[in-house]
Amino acid sequence: MIKIVKRDQPSRAIFFFTPVLAIFLTLVAGGLIFFILGFKPFEALKFFFIVPIADKYGFSELLLKATPLCLIAIGLSFCFKSNNWNIGAEGQLTFGAIVSGGVALLFYEQEGFYILPIVILAGAIGGMLYASIPAILKTYFNTNEILVSLMLVYVSKLILDYLVVGPWSNPEGFNFPETRQFSDSAKLPLLFEGLRIHAGIFLALAAVVISWFVFYKTYLGFQMKVSGFSLKTAKYAGYKGKKMIILVFLISGACAGLAGVGEITGPIGQLHREISPDYGFTAIIVAFLGRLHPVGIIFASLVVAITYLGAETAQIFMQIPKYTGQVFQGMILFFLLASDYLLFFKFKFIGSKK
Amino acid sequence: MIIDINFIGLIIASIMASAVPLILASCGELITERSGVLNLGVEGMMIIGAISGFALMTVTGSLIIAIFGAMLAGVLISSIFAFLTQTLITNHVATGLALTIFGIGISAMIGKNFVGIPGKEFPILFESLKDTIPLIGPILFGHSIVFYFAFALPFMTNYFLKKTKIGLIVRAVGDSPVSASNQGIKVRLVRYLCILYGGAMSGLAGAYLSMIYTPQWIENMTGGRGWIALALVVFSTWNPIKILIGAMIFGGLTIIQFHMQAIGVRIPVQFLTALPYIVTIIVLVVISRDSRKIRLSTPSSLGKSFHKDN
Repeated sequence: MIKIVKRDQPSRAIFFFTPVLAIFLTLVAGGLIFFILGFKPFEALKFFFIVPIADKYGFSELLLKATPLCLIAIGLSFCFKSNNWNIGAEGQLTFGAIVSGGVALLFYEQEGFYILPIVILAGAIGGMLYASIPAILKTYFNTNEILVSLMLVYVSKLILDYLVVGPWSNPEGFNFPETRQFSDSAKLPLLFEGLRIHAGIFLALAAVVISWFVFYKTYLGFQMKVSGFSLKTAKYAGYKGKKMIILVFLISGACAGLAGVGEITGPIGQLHREISPDYGFTAIIVAFLGRLHPVGIIFASLVVAITYLGAETAQIFMQIPKYTGQVFQGMILFFLLASDYLLFFKFKFIGSKK
Repeated sequence: MIIDINFIGLIIASIMASAVPLILASCGELITERSGVLNLGVEGMMIIGAISGFALMTVTGSLIIAIFGAMLAGVLISSIFAFLTQTLITNHVATGLALTIFGIGISAMIGKNFVGIPGKEFPILFESLKDTIPLIGPILFGHSIVFYFAFALPFMTNYFLKKTKIGLIVRAVGDSPVSASNQGIKVRLVRYLCILYGGAMSGLAGAYLSMIYTPQWIENMTGGRGWIALALVVFSTWNPIKILIGAMIFGGLTIIQFHMQAIGVRIPVQFLTALPYIVTIIVLVVISRDSRKIRLSTPSSLGKSFHKDN
């Protein structure tokens, strides 16, 4: 007989094991879905998870996709650790891209070493500004940050659409919904000849290091964690709750904004309608899968980035609809949440003695 | 300029029609939330309902199978949420988000084969009465059965919560699961059923969109309506009758943008499209400012897991 028993303490080993279990279960369920859809499960999984990263180009693409995911998820981990549900990173990414793109367009005929830092900074500020809206409304007007940050995603995409179709559209662009090309000085340098991976990856790595330092080596990080565990305790300890809320939103907005900068000043070099395939939403999954831990998030961003690439490859080679990527992402989160059950409960085998 | 009075009636009717999916999904979510469960997966359940309804209609040719099938699909997808949050005690917010991401993915996957297929005509009731009374006629008559159901739903929901014993149980479970459990009420079972009901209503809302409102399948066709439905529940301060008012306001904003474009108002179309989202934020701010009122009307255990061992 099997009995479910509550653990005295959440298991630490299982805390880091469950993400692996979740990925495994996702693969099994994914194979099952492929089978139901009439594909050979193993072949489909191979095209989904191995073929896309089998060569140099594929690996570069993997890092290219993992960069924004990692950057945004690091920012979100500040929010989630302190119990703030910012789910509008997609909007903060878009607005960051708009602001930095706007600045880059100002310099479109100029070259100079000073341009890129200004463009990057503008993106971070744009993301922060946009994230400050749900933060301020939450702290001073008691408004639900989930709904506000989400509504702002739709608004930001419409602002972008308006700009690239209207006032910012390329005057020589035959009415295509895109802006002029930025000058080379406003673009993040590519790291290798012929590959699309660009210097934005260093922004992500810097974010990882800084967040690790803040979380584990500073009083601020400690305050954040306490607020996440129990708001009452945080209040009792005299932490400034409102400042904290605004701060974590600004940090995560800045990260999302930087991800936006990477998307437009990287390989593309202009603003256009669809700058992000929902990186902002997918990063929520990355943050959880990485256990809100900076190193965990690196691994998680790589795993989830494969689902983007895999979806494209599987579509090209096997005509598997590309939305399977999203299905996989949803499943990873489902399985991760479900396997968290093992953190708090364990199965006890009881011999059937009579 | 003579304004045709029937034209005004038609505009009001079209506002009501665009309010239908919001009313359905909000009333479903309201019951779920009243039982203490915050299901952020409305958008996902709605889009699953939309594709299921449309696919079943195309494949079977039966509107009845399609409508009930869409509701069943909503129930099935919400059962994942119910199992995770109630049996495995997962976080409501994260699970709801997963449900939305998963739902959008699955719907697009199934929907791939249904893009560009024309929908079917959905029967409307009392068509002959439409022209009998000026202004009122187009508002009251000539709509689908789902339309009438949606406008009756807030009143039925209100009656259910306030006047029936099961309604009382739902409220008790949401406001104080511990005492409800001590009274012998199966908290988990009640919450399961409320989540599944919410799924059915979201599924119906989706089916209304793909089968009646714009009878075709378009990827991502819910376009954030699920989220607006969630906001409406907050707006209503968990009172079903107020959902009706909120849904009409948002329906109005959706319809007005078409008419403003038609009469050539020189406002960028993107701004008009953004209006419902911006107004949602403003309305949420206005409603939530009074934190005392929100505290009093929010189900006390909303979003908190309940486990007997705790």
